[in-house]
Amino acid sequence: MDRHVVAKVEDVPPGGRKLVTVRGRPIAVFNLQGEFFAIGDKCPHESGSLCQGRIVGLAEADLPGEYRLSRQGEFVKCPWHGWEFDIRTGQSWCDPTGTRVRAYDAHVEPGAEIAKGPYVAETFKVTVEDEYVVINL
Amino acid sequence: MQNSIFGHPAIDCDVHIAVPSTAALMPYLDAYWFDAFRTRGIDRVSFNLTGDPPNTPLAARPDWRPKSGKPGTDLALLRSGALDGFGSSFAIANCLFGGVALHSDDLAAVFCKAVNDWVAEEWLDREPRLRASILVPQQAPDLAVAEIERRAGDRRFVQVSMLAMGTELLGRRGYWPIYEAAVRHGLPIGVHAGGLYHHPTLNGWGSFFLEDYVANAFAFENQVVSLVSEGAFAKFPELKVVLIESGVTWMPPALWRFNKTWRGVRSEVPWVKRTPADIVRQHIRLTTQPFDEPDGVPWLQRFVEQMKSEDMLLFSTDFPHWHFDGTDAFPLSPSSPLARKILCENALATYPRLSESLADSVAGKETASKELSS
Amino acid sequence: MSTVTAERKPQAAARQKLTVIDCDIHPGFSTPDEIYPFLPERWREHVKTFGGHYRQAFADTLSHPRMAPEVSRADSWPPKGPPGSDLAFMRAQHLDGNNVEYGMLMPLNRGPGNQRNLGYGAALATAVNDWQIAKWVTPEPRLNASIVVTQEDPEAAIAEIESRADDRRFAQIMLPPRSLEPLGRKRYWPIYEAAVAANRPLALHVGGINGYPATASGYPSYYIEEQHTNVQGMQALVTSLVLEGVFERFPKLKVVLVEGGIAWMPALKWRLDKHYKRLKAEVPHLKRLPSEYIHDHIWLTTQPLDEPDVDSDLAEIFEQVGCDRIMFSTDYPHWDFDDPKFVLGKLALSHEKQQAIFSGNAKALYGLK
Ligand code: FES
Repeated sequence: MDRHVVAKVEDVPPGGRKLVTVRGRPIAVFNLQGEFFAIGDKCPHESGSLCQGRIVGLAEADLPGEYRLSRQGEFVKCPWHGWEFDIRTGQSWCDPTGTRVRAYDAHVEPGAEIAKGPYVAETFKVTVEDEYVVINL
Repeated sequence: MQNSIFGHPAIDCDVHIAVPSTAALMPYLDAYWFDAFRTRGIDRVSFNLTGDPPNTPLAARPDWRPKSGKPGTDLALLRSGALDGFGSSFAIANCLFGGVALHSDDLAAVFCKAVNDWVAEEWLDREPRLRASILVPQQAPDLAVAEIERRAGDRRFVQVSMLAMGTELLGRRGYWPIYEAAVRHGLPIGVHAGGLYHHPTLNGWGSFFLEDYVANAFAFENQVVSLVSEGAFAKFPELKVVLIESGVTWMPPALWRFNKTWRGVRSEVPWVKRTPADIVRQHIRLTTQPFDEPDGVPWLQRFVEQMKSEDMLLFSTDFPHWHFDGTDAFPLSPSSPLARKILCENALATYPRLSESLADSVAGKETASKELSS
Repeated sequence: MSTVTAERKPQAAARQKLTVIDCDIHPGFSTPDEIYPFLPERWREHVKTFGGHYRQAFADTLSHPRMAPEVSRADSWPPKGPPGSDLAFMRAQHLDGNNVEYGMLMPLNRGPGNQRNLGYGAALATAVNDWQIAKWVTPEPRLNASIVVTQEDPEAAIAEIESRADDRRFAQIMLPPRSLEPLGRKRYWPIYEAAVAANRPLALHVGGINGYPATASGYPSYYIEEQHTNVQGMQALVTSLVLEGVFERFPKLKVVLVEGGIAWMPALKWRLDKHYKRLKAEVPHLKRLPSEYIHDHIWLTTQPLDEPDVDSDLAEIFEQVGCDRIMFSTDYPHWDFDDPKFVLGKLALSHEKQQAIFSGNAKALYGLK
């Protein structure tokens, strides 16, 4: 598994997202209050770009009329037909058993460390002072 | 249970009986309404529903039309045509008296009460294989519940009857007291074609009876979408709904569409937690006549494959309506492994009161034979 | 939003070989008053003072709030203005992005056919027709206009059709299926006569505000239900056109059903044929089976693509409807847009049939080169 530096931390502020390409695969990187997550950008339905979807919470109800919203900001709704995906896991909410988008391990590493690696860091303007978002793929 | 002509026991889940004239209901009215019917001439009005004229070819097969009077008024014909004709062990009768569509809740309720009592005395008391649906004034849920409570003690009433084209969509919360009572008494809701409380389709009033009849399938589709979307089944996990005389084959494409839309707009109705198709498979049943299928291409097997369920179809003849000729009531080869399910097992699973009377009659026979041998 | 989209485009373009004719594109106003210059003074003042007037509760929205702003794809918003309002953006995202050879404009803007004030409706229809040419078709000849008419004022509708008949940039005539009465009824026949004379198909795009609740049992509560009634609107429309004898009276009339999907059609044909045989006596003006009129006169568009669990069920439905009667559509920029690559992947049909659906049938119907 290779490590790919895909963004500067400051490029993806909390609540923000960024579309990146790793080995030809479009990947949507999300920042949930400082935690980074990455999921395949192409919606498993008709390939809408999840990175362009609205960020939502999870609507649930035990009984009709009893609406509640939890996990605000942790789901992305596909910009096309509105399927909802858990940003943390790629799990689809409208068809949890059948559908998910691939979730990638995304995390933050100090720039200095990455600059030492043999991987793709050189394709980014790496500056040792910054922190970078890294995807393992 | 005896085998039917199809080589398995059969339960006919939709036959029609009709009140010959409003006057026939007079003995079942209290003093106030007896007087009102007589002095206002209500007893002379037919209350035939506009969508269901009794003289059309659809209303009765030529050999199932009585020599005089409305189709469905002759017990002997019901016996020879439906019960003995197909060898069914039970038949569930629906008596869709038009008076239920009146705007006065009270008068509609009076009609329902009179019709139900008339059905019990004139039909159920005279033919032990017959079962019936409780007619309720669906536009007045409190009165509908009262009628269910009044009649539910009679175990020969096996479901509650409502119409596909009503004042409001059946999923709406105003109806829930009806479902609460139905579930409590082990009664499925039988939604029957018909109604026409207002415009038959969203495009307004057409010109033809044929057009209205075809439009019933659209109304059923709306009701399925309503029942699921409103969460009637989330609220009443035991609720079963039987679509009677719906045409059947519109269902799989309707569910493809409904599933698709739900995937995108699920958050509007978050109590719908599984695909609509899953919910429908669990809670909704359909009677088999009429079965809309391509000419010469039997479609029942395909329907079952597409629905991924063998549990949903209930055999019916829709006696005396004219959907088929001779004994072609069952749109599947009797040798199919599905035949037994559709002819009787699905009905027994759907109607608790049918399996109960079967158990009673088995127990009764056992007791009788024990008594004989001792 | 710090999204980098540039990285994706070359990939999409490289894999895209399919060329399509899109039979349902919705053009938008950049600002609500964009139509004013196209209206005569009298109606410009009217709309500024009174606005539209409808057979429903609300003046500026439908009665079931949608699940996305402007019912549109979240990624279809141009830098300025609402989705579908910016030609350059539409070109890049859709016309070029999806290799659209021709596109059929389906303007729903301000709903001329829904107006209770017939004079305003007719003026609006004329304005929307001029606006399509000015804003869309002139700068982008791949786009074809639709002659929008007010079906409740047949005289005005006929005048509008006649005045556009020689302009081949108008490919068809558009009116809403949810009219005051089912469209098969005689009050609308003069419009059909004019359509045949102008040699244009009728395009009936789901919708319309006729004052009737969306079901025979009243209004549904939720959008998920109301959206589904688009299907019943189409079913009832087909039933009415066939049973009233419209196609017997106008053997050259062609009708395109837009945005109703497809999968409901076979079961409706079976139902119509079956019960027609029993109740023939009521409709002696029909000489053939309902399904035969349907096949000869009615075209359907693919979107929203029906999605059975098994793809072969979809192919079976297409065959039952007739692959010569189905035309591809996207509904761009609306939320239930269908991507051509997705649709292609779902159609387990021969290459010839796929070709017919993606462009051949539309070329033949509209006489496109
Ligand atoms: S493409 Fe994502 S929901 Fe359809």
